[in-house]
Amino acid sequence: MAEKLNSKIPEGPLSEKWTKRKSEIHLVSPNNKRKLDIIVVGTGLGGASAAAALGELGYNVKIFCISDSPRRAHSIAAQGGINAAKNYQNDNDSVYRLFYDTIKGGDYRSREANVYRLAEVSAAIIDQCVAQGIPFAREYGGYLANRSFGGVQVSRTFYARGQTGQQLLLGAYASLNKEIAAGTVTAYPRHEMLDLVLVNGQAKGIITRNLVTGQLERFGAHAVIIATGGYGNTYFLSTNAMNSNGSAALQCYKKGAFFANPCFAQIHPTCIPVHGDQQCKLTLMSESLRNDGRIWVPKKKEDVERLRKHEIKASQIPEEDRDYYLERRYPAFGNLVPRDVASRAAKERCDAGFGVNETGKAVFLDFADAIKRLGHKRVAERYGNLFDMYEKITASSPWEEPMMIYPAIHYTMGGIWVDYDLQTTVPGLFAIGEANFSDHGGNRLGASALMQGLADGYFIVPVTIGDYLSNKFAEPRPDVNAPEFVEAERAVQARIDKLFAVNGTETVDSIHKQLGHIMWEYVGMARDEAGLKKAIEEIKALKEKFYTSVKVPGSQFEFNQELEKALRLEDFFEIGELMARDALNREESCGGHFRVESQTEEGEAKRDDAKFMYVAAWEYKGEGKEPELHKEPLKYEFIEVKTRNYKD
Amino acid sequence: MNFNIKVWRQKNAKAKGHFETYPIAGIEEDASFLEMLDILNEQLIREGKDPISFDHDCREGICGACSLYIDGRAHGPDNQVTTCQLFMRHFKDGATITVEPWRSAAFPVIKDLVVERRAFDKILQAGGFISVRTGSAQDANNILIPHDKAEESMDAAACVGCGACVATCKNGSAMLFVAARVSSLALLPQGRPEAARRAKAMVAKMDELGFGNCTNTRACELECPKGITVAHIARLNREFLKAKFSD
Repeated sequence: MAEKLNSKIPEGPLSEKWTKRKSEIHLVSPNNKRKLDIIVVGTGLGGASAAAALGELGYNVKIFCISDSPRRAHSIAAQGGINAAKNYQNDNDSVYRLFYDTIKGGDYRSREANVYRLAEVSAAIIDQCVAQGIPFAREYGGYLANRSFGGVQVSRTFYARGQTGQQLLLGAYASLNKEIAAGTVTAYPRHEMLDLVLVNGQAKGIITRNLVTGQLERFGAHAVIIATGGYGNTYFLSTNAMNSNGSAALQCYKKGAFFANPCFAQIHPTCIPVHGDQQCKLTLMSESLRNDGRIWVPKKKEDVERLRKHEIKASQIPEEDRDYYLERRYPAFGNLVPRDVASRAAKERCDAGFGVNETGKAVFLDFADAIKRLGHKRVAERYGNLFDMYEKITASSPWEEPMMIYPAIHYTMGGIWVDYDLQTTVPGLFAIGEANFSDHGGNRLGASALMQGLADGYFIVPVTIGDYLSNKFAEPRPDVNAPEFVEAERAVQARIDKLFAVNGTETVDSIHKQLGHIMWEYVGMARDEAGLKKAIEEIKALKEKFYTSVKVPGSQFEFNQELEKALRLEDFFEIGELMARDALNREESCGGHFRVESQTEEGEAKRDDAKFMYVAAWEYKGEGKEPELHKEPLKYEFIEVKTRNYKD
Repeated sequence: MNFNIKVWRQKNAKAKGHFETYPIAGIEEDASFLEMLDILNEQLIREGKDPISFDHDCREGICGACSLYIDGRAHGPDNQVTTCQLFMRHFKDGATITVEPWRSAAFPVIKDLVVERRAFDKILQAGGFISVRTGSAQDANNILIPHDKAEESMDAAACVGCGACVATCKNGSAMLFVAARVSSLALLPQGRPEAARRAKAMVAKMDELGFGNCTNTRACELECPKGITVAHIARLNREFLKAKFSD
């Protein structure tokens, strides 16, 4: 078991580990790189940056995405910013502080060495992005501007209005285009990976469905990189894009890649509340708003009642009757506590009956003070587009009345288990960005997802993959007519045939909604043993119902979005069950994972370091069989493990 | 709210398309246009009909996937929004709403409301980038960019690549799309070394791919969901002419 989970963390002091590892890595000469093929699945920040960097190095890269263009990947929707330890503000920031904040924010469930490396390469990301022509916000002197995000006491977040993810992705996409033009990268848009192909236990290719023609296609390579993001859409309603899915990661799991910490899902505190049952997607309001916005609910129940009946407006409630509960409970960090803490605090107030809209599931995010302090112009510069977006959706102006917000599923910290080289338990299979179990432990800090995607893609995997490939250049390109490829394609075809054969009466979405209800109810913000056991049973039952009642219209060999959704939903059932199983195993509260049985008297999350200071890595054991749990102990050699405290 | 949705149906790129009209009832006024289509699709599937295909993804107005021509306007009757950020409260109860795909020679229909926009990727591949090798950049603060220049560059960089400008233009021109990229990079010192080559290469590729000419009708500016102005087309023209003169 120990051999299966070798994290390959280099020896030596924390600050020298990455340098040491890089010096050990075998190089591949330029003429040999030309003989090596790499498949990258996904074109978000991780995938696009990795493909561009690998193309620059001279490898032959094939990159795949499900949308019509690589530029549409969901990284594009990230709003607030990207962290980097530049210390441009002279506020005593450093690589060590970024590392420390990330470990602490993750509630001591991430790997020290990986997080340190992330902080170490963060500064180079900003340099790279500026060189690409990304128009980051600037001070009047022409220098780069910064702002703050939750869980930290410095300003280290770089941003481009509320569209930072878009700008960073367009930068990576531009570099990708540069390599496509140079002929080192070939892009396959509207192609969905449906299986991973192993030859002699090594990753050697993928099976895809061409989403326009419906044909299944085989692609071979010397290595495969998965960069397909997270599995938040298991919950149906989330801030993820509609087509974001966990299928590529799940197929890798079924082919032997361990899946780590699946229960660690991030619930983002500032989303626009659910408005009715016709909704299919939740919209995030950037965490950057918490720099200047103040979160509150009324102190008095009668004010709550009158708000719900639309008898009064929020702005009419006097200052002394407002409960700024984050400032009250966490004076040191106030409105900028980490996401998990802010989400639970909102839930606590709403459960206590102080929710401010008709559904009782909303709190206020108020800018009145900021507008008074900074003036209209400066607030508009910082958040104008977010205010517009909010108004478009809700028909209410944040300039006049506070926003209403509520927590929603946003990001998954769990993912495919990887070692220090970002290689999975399957040789030749790498996972980067949100798709891996990553550097964020039990909770990710704001503005760190963009940082991790680009760190993995530009600076880490292009180096580490060389070590794996250094003795592969003499191997011929995998033959896609080999029996392993033929068999993998046959299995995918059988899956598709099975779905059409059901020919029931229920739509894919209606069943996915039911899965979402189970997940949110039992594997959501508060979890307990009975609920999690129930979730596992209900998911199994729902899956059976799916195979007897789903209706997939049309045929395979056409553009068929219902078939795409049905295939993804099959995988969401398995991911949902795995999440519940992992949550059941982890009998502690930590980060975004809150077990009702494990809390302090004040209702704060209570970790159990003695029993659970490990990464839970699950091994697939076959259809209908229980997965096997492997534990990677987390060792903290360089920092002291503490109870997170955002109070003082 | 109740509506009649008159929608373009086309089986595939080769098939002949036609309109069909479907009634839909009980839509919340806070539902988005695409949520309304989701509900209509659920209804069609239950009736044993083929659901309507349409591109969509983020539903936050940023990915640029959604691309519907609604009642004769790209992204519908509201201003400065993509289709996914259009809400049913902008329509009259009982209205018949006409929904079509982008119509442009450079964007062939794949199915129903879904079009092929690979031509945009090809234009950007022709030069819409700065040739910087990963890892070779200097410290970010060594390049000073005045606040207003960065803001103006950002105005252009906000383009989501949806194609509304092309769909709206009577000539099917991609000038606003090309201008957004050329202008955004031309405003920054990092973008200057390749500015001439970029402008020429992207314009040449646009012409090659069958997009029409710009005749300054400014329709693109009115329909751009991100409010990108024709001032950027003027900058593209300057960059292009400058490049041509120096040849």
